[in-house]
Amino acid sequence: MQLIKPDINIDFVGRRKLAVIVSVVIILIGLASLIVKGGPDYGIDFAGGTLVQVKFETATTPGDIKQALTDLNLGGLLVQTFGDDANEFLIRAQATSDELKGLGNQVGKALDAVYGAGKSEIRRVEMVGPQVGKDLREKGFKAILFAMIAILIYVTLRFEFRFAVGAIIALVHDVLITLGVFSVFGREIDLPVIAAFLAIIGYSLNDTIIVYDRIRENMGKYAKDGFAAIINRSVNETLSRTILTSGTTLLVVASLFVFGGGVIHNFALALLVGVIVGTYSSIFVASPLLIFWEDYKRNRRSSAPAKGGA
Amino acid sequence: MTKSLKWRGLLVLCCLLLALVSLAPTFMPGALPGWWLKAFDPIHLGLDLQGGMHLVLGVDVDKAVESRLDTVVDQTESLMREKDIIFKRVERQPGERVVVTVYDEEAGAQVDALMKENFPNLEAETFPAAGGYVQKNYRLSDNEIANIQDYAIRQALETLRNRIDQFGVSEPTLQLQSGNRILIQLPGVKDPDRAISLLGKTALLEFKMVAENADPQEAIKGNLQPGTQLLYQRQVNPQTGAVTETPIVVQSKTVLTGDLLENAVANFDRSNFKNSLVSIQFSSVGAKRFDQVTAANVGKRMAIVLDDTVYSAPVIRERISGGSAQISGSFTAQEAQDLAIVLRAGSLPAPVKILEDRTVGPSLGRDSINQGMLSVLIGFLLVVLAMVAYYRLSGLVADIALVLNLVFIMALLSLLQATLTLPGIAGIVLTVGMAVDANVLIFERIREELRIGKSVRNAIESGYGKAFLTIVDANVTTLIAALVLFQFGTGPVKGFAVTLSIGILASMFTAIFVTRMIYEYFLERRQLKRLSI
Repeated sequence: MQLIKPDINIDFVGRRKLAVIVSVVIILIGLASLIVKGGPDYGIDFAGGTLVQVKFETATTPGDIKQALTDLNLGGLLVQTFGDDANEFLIRAQATSDELKGLGNQVGKALDAVYGAGKSEIRRVEMVGPQVGKDLREKGFKAILFAMIAILIYVTLRFEFRFAVGAIIALVHDVLITLGVFSVFGREIDLPVIAAFLAIIGYSLNDTIIVYDRIRENMGKYAKDGFAAIINRSVNETLSRTILTSGTTLLVVASLFVFGGGVIHNFALALLVGVIVGTYSSIFVASPLLIFWEDYKRNRRSSAPAKGGA
Repeated sequence: MTKSLKWRGLLVLCCLLLALVSLAPTFMPGALPGWWLKAFDPIHLGLDLQGGMHLVLGVDVDKAVESRLDTVVDQTESLMREKDIIFKRVERQPGERVVVTVYDEEAGAQVDALMKENFPNLEAETFPAAGGYVQKNYRLSDNEIANIQDYAIRQALETLRNRIDQFGVSEPTLQLQSGNRILIQLPGVKDPDRAISLLGKTALLEFKMVAENADPQEAIKGNLQPGTQLLYQRQVNPQTGAVTETPIVVQSKTVLTGDLLENAVANFDRSNFKNSLVSIQFSSVGAKRFDQVTAANVGKRMAIVLDDTVYSAPVIRERISGGSAQISGSFTAQEAQDLAIVLRAGSLPAPVKILEDRTVGPSLGRDSINQGMLSVLIGFLLVVLAMVAYYRLSGLVADIALVLNLVFIMALLSLLQATLTLPGIAGIVLTVGMAVDANVLIFERIREELRIGKSVRNAIESGYGKAFLTIVDANVTTLIAALVLFQFGTGPVKGFAVTLSIGILASMFTAIFVTRMIYEYFLERRQLKRLSI
């Protein structure tokens, strides 16, 4: 079977300006959403707070649950359904009870009082104090930063610096878009999502490097065709592989998203978005960026002597 | 068959055998002999999968420093009384200082000498006299403060370990973290609330004399006589279970503390079996002190104070010599038992706060395992089908590698005693999708080579040759991301980094080494003219 014909020759490079516009628009939408909301929606891992996952024996609504919990005076109380099970809910509150009396316990008692003892089951309690939240946030962003620096070094060593710059810009592009998608759809950023971001970085780079490898190979073979033509040829030659690998990865990530359960829903969503964006960026962003870089350098080179002469 | 091919086949077979042997305890623990189970641990499940509790406690080390200074204040007061030094007051002040105020320079010099002799660790600082008094300042050195804090943390760790041991949890984890934090993991804990109350109690047991002539109602308004303090006595109505708290004024001075306990056991009240109580036995030093205190205070009330709550305040009817006493206060049987545990394990040197608490119930853990496994299975099947559909028989070769890859990932998890978490399962799913990438790269290369008219053997050879470095480059970058994640991640997220790294390494072996071996086998046996790819 062949999805992509071997002699395919799509003019990706010629559409690079369009690609830039598309990317910039999507990133701007995400950034606008981030600015309007005053930053990403942090989950309790990063914002601090308490999360209680409760399963009820009988049907109820978030409103009823909120009503049952009014006496606890929880700040920023949020109740939402969890997963596919209609009787399972996530209760989130800003209050952290570092007084050593588990908030889960209090919630359990309040629910027992309204719904009857044994009618609800507390399946998970997560409480993160503000200080720990701040630490985790710092750690998470440091992790992304260090991963990028390490990758920059590796790609510079294995290729050239300009390739590394292209790869990193593509990565930042991928992470920004995924972050934007999360903001627009009001999804929370927590620790697993940061892990997903790092996986996206690894995956997207994987894609980019395979194209770069081909560019390097073709630069020897078709040097006289010009840089842009070489890049376009390389993207086309690896297109079949890019589509197939992205396809299989999407299959498994989609399986994770659909069947993996509510606990890792956001994680799977981040991977899903990341794989799609990562594939797009290695075709439309990472490689064409090399041409922009080349043009920029050529312009500088041609303008430098002029300055020197004046 | 060439020699090299035989050896390679043998290597793969050995790996597979070792993998299956190490995985057997995970999947069929019942059917194996004991030595097998002893040699290979089953795959260790994270708290998010098996259920359990992850706690980070912060030790309030400043409180430990304060209480050390309070002791110094107490001791200084009694030393000065002994030496007949007339002083206005001794107090602890902010800045880790003990301040002694006296009336003249002569007394000041005496205080200096006394402090130097008894508390060599305190640094004397002279402040200008205020309002005609002479003020002597003694400050804990930074070094000493660090020592006290360090000791408090280690002591807290020890005490918590004792309590957990007595609580009875299999394979608990206690770990010191930076920033005065203690990480505690209790897998499979049944009653998280009980664990929290057991771990979080400071359990400072004190005996104080009741200030009989003080009026609690006045005390509530803030009129406390010097040297006394207002506490509350907790009482539970055995019929209704309602808790009442009555104010009670006690002497601030502690006559005896729980440090001098030798044992504590939960018991029943002989006269009323509904009430549980805790019998305590003092050490020989404690028994002597208890004897002295009771002898001197017959007819007075002594308050038994635990963490600033009065549990009972019985009248001392007679001198008690044996060193045993009882704490009653309408406990339930379990409360009495837990109280006995914390008393035996000792008090915490400083209060602790819960900074992080993640508790997963066993039912959710089971659901997570099932859902995770389902998504691995479905993702796996989809990829297997896609590969066969796209590359025919070659796809099948890649699928064999994929199956081996899954087996090897699990085996490595078990052999390295790594922890499998829910994100870890996600890492396996992701690896399944990405592992075929190596084969896709190789197959696309082979197709290209075949198109330019190379023979099957040559196409395969140059396909593998050209794709190899690309595959390594691509995988190393993912590995970098995984390693960084491992450094920064905690708990479940670390599990993701682990399976991702293991998966990448295993996939390099299966997708390159194993598939090539299969091709070479067929090239030799069948003299392939056409390749199904």
